[in-house]
Amino acid sequence: MDYVLDFFVNLGRSWTTWLGTFLPEWGVTIINYLVGGIILVLMPVIATLTLTWMERKVIGRIQNRLGPNRVGPWGIFQAIADAVKMLIKEDIIPDAADRPVFNLAPILIAGAAALVWAVMPFGKGVIGVDLNVGVLYLVAVGSITTVSVIMAGWGSNNKFALIGAFRGVAQLLSYEVPMILSIATVVLLAGSMSTMRIVEAQQIPFIFVLPVAFIAYFLASAAEVGRAPFDLLEADSEIVAGYFIEYSGLKFGWFYIAEYGNLFAVSAITATLFLGGWRGPFSHQAPVLGPLYFIIKTVLVVFVMMWIRGTWPRFRIDQMLGFAWKVLVPASLANLLWVAIVLKIALPTIVQWALMLGGNLLILVIAAGMLGRAAKRHAEQRNLAPLSSGAA
Amino acid sequence: MLSQYAFIGVFAIIAFALPVIGLVMAWLLRPKKPNPAKNATYECGMETFGDTWVQFKAQYYLYALVFVVFDVEAIFVFPWAVAYNKLGLYALVEMVLFVLILLGGLLYAWQKKALEWH
Repeated sequence: MDYVLDFFVNLGRSWTTWLGTFLPEWGVTIINYLVGGIILVLMPVIATLTLTWMERKVIGRIQNRLGPNRVGPWGIFQAIADAVKMLIKEDIIPDAADRPVFNLAPILIAGAAALVWAVMPFGKGVIGVDLNVGVLYLVAVGSITTVSVIMAGWGSNNKFALIGAFRGVAQLLSYEVPMILSIATVVLLAGSMSTMRIVEAQQIPFIFVLPVAFIAYFLASAAEVGRAPFDLLEADSEIVAGYFIEYSGLKFGWFYIAEYGNLFAVSAITATLFLGGWRGPFSHQAPVLGPLYFIIKTVLVVFVMMWIRGTWPRFRIDQMLGFAWKVLVPASLANLLWVAIVLKIALPTIVQWALMLGGNLLILVIAAGMLGRAAKRHAEQRNLAPLSSGAA
Repeated sequence: MLSQYAFIGVFAIIAFALPVIGLVMAWLLRPKKPNPAKNATYECGMETFGDTWVQFKAQYYLYALVFVVFDVEAIFVFPWAVAYNKLGLYALVEMVLFVLILLGGLLYAWQKKALEWH
């Protein structure tokens, strides 16, 4: 019974012991690294196979359609059919392309999407490696995406791709700042950068203590993975497909896998930082439930992102960047300072949390009020001069 | 500690090997029939004209400059946040001053219309 209660950790121990019967210690370590690495590397691929199906079903339902329903029961093998198609499709490299850059970009973006999973805490003790700089590693690895976006856009030698890449980089850079600031707020409260320790520090999920940080992180991460309504870098009605327009076959496939892998990864990070990660009812008595809670929370966040995609129109690039710099950054900075001030007041933890929540709600109200005023001013200006909107 | 980063190293090799393996597999399986029309740059079906690699909007540089300031700030904020409980009131005052200076910079950029789209 005890074995089942902490199934994943015990399975790992039994496996290591079994390997130890015929391998030296360094051999066991290498085999464990390889097995763990291969399982984690496949996470973006698994996420793509499941989430594309889920997304089509969810968006289909939102738009009053059925979604895929031909390949297998409820269309669940649709993603596999697509994978086979990508694998056997002809690969076209435009004559004008910068070939090394063009070919390297999909490898880099797919590798970066997999690297994120090394520090993801699936459950108590179920983690690739519990780095003490965990969240900083997440931010650092996430930045590789920016490089490969500009590589793909530049290497394609296509004007649409280049515009998509410029938009993409401006967007990724701008939204990285509120993202980092809200992560820093969580680190401040948890007192550690290790993803495992952050989960353990959440006696109540941080979303109830730091709603501003949660909203800022959620919006910023939606922009980081280029999800609607922030999908300007691949706005198909404006610039066809954005930075990966020239890619075909499996090279396009790796961009696709990276996109869904990143979607799943940022949702998992949201669940880790703000929704309590693998914590849940009885998760301390039976750690085997941890990964289950973690996946449920992650899929819930993914669902909300799909819901937003199904309901919101796309922003304009100037609106988007303005929103990041004029709303999210000041709000996150104010939140960071408020949490720092409250932590220095000697009070019981509960009172501190209540104070933080109060300050967060105040920031939310002020930000919403300012946004409302700006929207009103904008509407008045448009009435006066309907044709003078200065956006590109 | 070192073994943790050894895992990251092994993992990075696997992570970048997987796309390469996939591409090699696709290279073995897929047809290869290039022709000039197929290999032309795709811009909505019309002949492309002019050079792609031209000057672009300077606005993107301005965002990048503001970004660099805040990204460097992050390097200072993270260690401060981890060690915050062990530091005295001094740490709070320092960080408030630091953030106020940054905020001044942001407001200056805002006022100079660096954050507007021209």
